[in-house]
Amino acid sequence: MKKKILVIGAGSDVAQALSRLRAERGHILWLTARSQEALQPLLADLKVRYQVEALGFVYDAELHSAEDLMAQLPGIPDEVHVAMGYLGNPDRLDDPKDAARILKVNFSAAVLLMNAVMHAMIEKQVKGVLVGISSVAGERGRKSNFLYGAAKAGFSTYLDGLRNAGFSHGIHVMTVKPGFIRSKMTAGLPLPGPLTASPQQVASAIIKGMKKGRGTVYVLPVWSLIMLLIRNIPDVVFKRLNL
Amino acid sequence: MGTPMSALTKISNWGNYPRIEADVRPWPLQTESPQIARGMGRCYGDSALSTHIVDTRSLNHFLDFDAESGLLTVEAGLTFDEILQVCVPRGWFLPVTPGTRFVTAGGALASDVHGKNHHAEGSFSDHVRWFDLLTASGEICRCSRTENTELFYLTLGGMGLTGIIKALAFYLKPIETAYIRQHTLRCENLDETMAGLEAYGHWTNSVAWLDCMAGGRAFGRSILMLGESAKQSELTQAQSLNPLKVHSTKGIPFPIDMPSFTLNRFTVQAFNQVYFHKHPKGSRDSVVHYEPFYYPLDKVLGWNRIYGKRGFTQYQLVIPHADARKGLQEVLELLAKRKMSSFLTVLKIFGEQSENYLRFPKAGFTLTLDFGISASLWPFLNELDGVVERYGGRLYLTKDVRMNPDFFRRTYPMAQEFMEKIKALDPTGKFQSLQSQRLGIHA
Repeated sequence: MKKKILVIGAGSDVAQALSRLRAERGHILWLTARSQEALQPLLADLKVRYQVEALGFVYDAELHSAEDLMAQLPGIPDEVHVAMGYLGNPDRLDDPKDAARILKVNFSAAVLLMNAVMHAMIEKQVKGVLVGISSVAGERGRKSNFLYGAAKAGFSTYLDGLRNAGFSHGIHVMTVKPGFIRSKMTAGLPLPGPLTASPQQVASAIIKGMKKGRGTVYVLPVWSLIMLLIRNIPDVVFKRLNL
Repeated sequence: MGTPMSALTKISNWGNYPRIEADVRPWPLQTESPQIARGMGRCYGDSALSTHIVDTRSLNHFLDFDAESGLLTVEAGLTFDEILQVCVPRGWFLPVTPGTRFVTAGGALASDVHGKNHHAEGSFSDHVRWFDLLTASGEICRCSRTENTELFYLTLGGMGLTGIIKALAFYLKPIETAYIRQHTLRCENLDETMAGLEAYGHWTNSVAWLDCMAGGRAFGRSILMLGESAKQSELTQAQSLNPLKVHSTKGIPFPIDMPSFTLNRFTVQAFNQVYFHKHPKGSRDSVVHYEPFYYPLDKVLGWNRIYGKRGFTQYQLVIPHADARKGLQEVLELLAKRKMSSFLTVLKIFGEQSENYLRFPKAGFTLTLDFGISASLWPFLNELDGVVERYGGRLYLTKDVRMNPDFFRRTYPMAQEFMEKIKALDPTGKFQSLQSQRLGIHA
C-alpha cells in the first residue's frame, strides 16, 4: 500500500536520504522546507528518480505554526519524520536571538507539530508512525552545546511520553539518536570516523527501526555505550571536563 | 558536536599528487577568498585544488527529464553513476562518458570530457543545451548557444575558472539495450594500430590499448576495441531477460597503497605481454554489458592506489592527423630511450574541435600515458612536451599537473583571449585553482 509520508525539514541530509529510500518503495512524499526555492529541487529529484507523487509545503518553524502547516496538507499522513534541526552558535551566552531559535526549532516547534499530527491521527483513527530525530547531545548537557542539548533533551523526553500516549491508539512513536553525522550541519568539523554515520546509514537505521517497532534507535550501537558512560560520570568530575 | 569552523583537510585528486591542506566547504559559497569547485575529484592533478574548495556534491538533485527529447536537467554535483542508475532502465544513456562513471555532471562540463566516441559524437560540451553559472559578481547566469554565448564557450572546458556551475541540461541518447556489440582485433604494430583506428572510424566507439613496451617489429602493437550499442535482437538469451540492466553498484575496494616499486619497467612489460597475448590473433566479436566496456577500472574502487603513496599523473596528448604517425613514433621511442614505462597506454582518434576557448580535442590521434611520480619524471615530460609542440599538439588540462605557462599559451591558441576574458569577468580572481596559478592564468 502506498503511504503518505510527511518529512519536516526535508532539506537536511538525513531527510533527503530518508525521502529517497521511501520514494524508492513508491510511497507518496510530502516535504516541508523553509522556502519554495529549497523545495523545488527536492521534489523534482524524487519525481525524476522514482516517478512518485511528491508535494511540497513551505514551513518555517520560526514563522509558521503547526496549524498553518496542517491546514495545507491534503490529508492525514501515515508516517511523519521530524528532521528539522538547528545547531546554532555554541558557547555563546550573549546571543539571545540565536538561543531562542535553537530552542524553537529543536524543541517547541517540533513538539507543537508532533502534537498536532498526533491529534489528527487519533481523530481520524490513523494508526501511523511518528519519528522524531533527536540527538545524543540531549543525554547530558555539555558546555560546547548545552542549548542544543537541552532542546534535544526536552524533545527526547517529549517523545518518550508521546510514545506512551500513542500506544493505546496504535500509533508508534520512535526516537532517533544519531551520533555524529557527516552532513552539511557538521561540514568542516573534524569528526571521529568510527563514531560518524553517513546520512544514508541514519536513514536505513530509521527504516529498520520502524519495521521492528523500536522505541529508541541509536544509529551506531557504540553511541548507546558512550552515552551510558557519559551519563554516569559524577558531576564533580564532569563539570571540569572539556567536552 | 562543536562549532562549524575552518578546518583544514588533506586533499588530493585522482593522481594522489599533489596532496595539499585546504579549507573544504560544502556549497553554497562561504568565503570571498580565491576558491575552486570540486566534485568527485576525478581530475588527475591540481585542477580542482585551491586553498579554499567548494564541495559541490550536495548539489545532487535531478531537476527534470523530458522522455520525448531525452533532455536531462540535473544539478552539477550529480554523478554519472547516479544518472546511469536512473536513466538506463528507461532506455537512455550518457551522450559521452569518460572511462569512469564517478564524475559529476558539472565536472564533465568544466573538463569537457570525451570518450571512445569523440570521432563520431564529439565531446560532452556538444550535448549541453544550457547551464546555470554562479559568476564572480554573485549572479546566476543562464548560458547557452543563444544566451550569454561568450560565457557559455568560456565555461565549457573552462576548468571551473568562470564560476560555479550550479545546474545543467544535456541530451541523453536513446538505447535499445544496455549492451555493446564489441569487435576486438589485434594490431601487430603502430601502422596497423593507426590504420585500424582510421578504417573503423564508422564505429561509434573505438579505442586501442597499446603495448608501449614492445619494440622492433612489434613496436606500437595494440588491442583495438570497437563498440556499437547493441540491438535487442543481438543479445544472448540470458542478456535479453533484462536488456536494460544497470551496472552493479558494488565494487571491490583496492585494499592498500601498493609500494611505489610495484609498477616498474619489468612488471609493466610482463603485464603488457600477458594482456596482449590473451587476445588471439585476428578478431573476435562479442556482446558485453556497458560496464566492462566503458568502465573496466571502476570495478576496482581506488585503483589509483596501485601507484603507492608517491601518486601518479596521466599525460594525454593530441597530435593532428598530418604528422600523427611521426609524432607518435617519436613519443614512443623517447619513452623507450629514457626507460620510462606507462602502465595504461591508450590511443584514440579525435573528431573536429569545438568552439570552446580551452578546447583540447582536435582532429587527430590522442595518446594517454601514465606515470608514477618521481624526480626523473619532470625533465622527461618536458622533453615529451617538445615533441608534442613540434607536431602541433597539446595536452589535456584535466590530467595535467606540471605543464608550464609558456607551453600552455603556445599550444592553446585561445589561451590569451581566455585569460583576458576571465580577468574582465572576475577581476579579483575569486575562482582560481593551483593549476590556473601554475599556468599563469592567475598571477
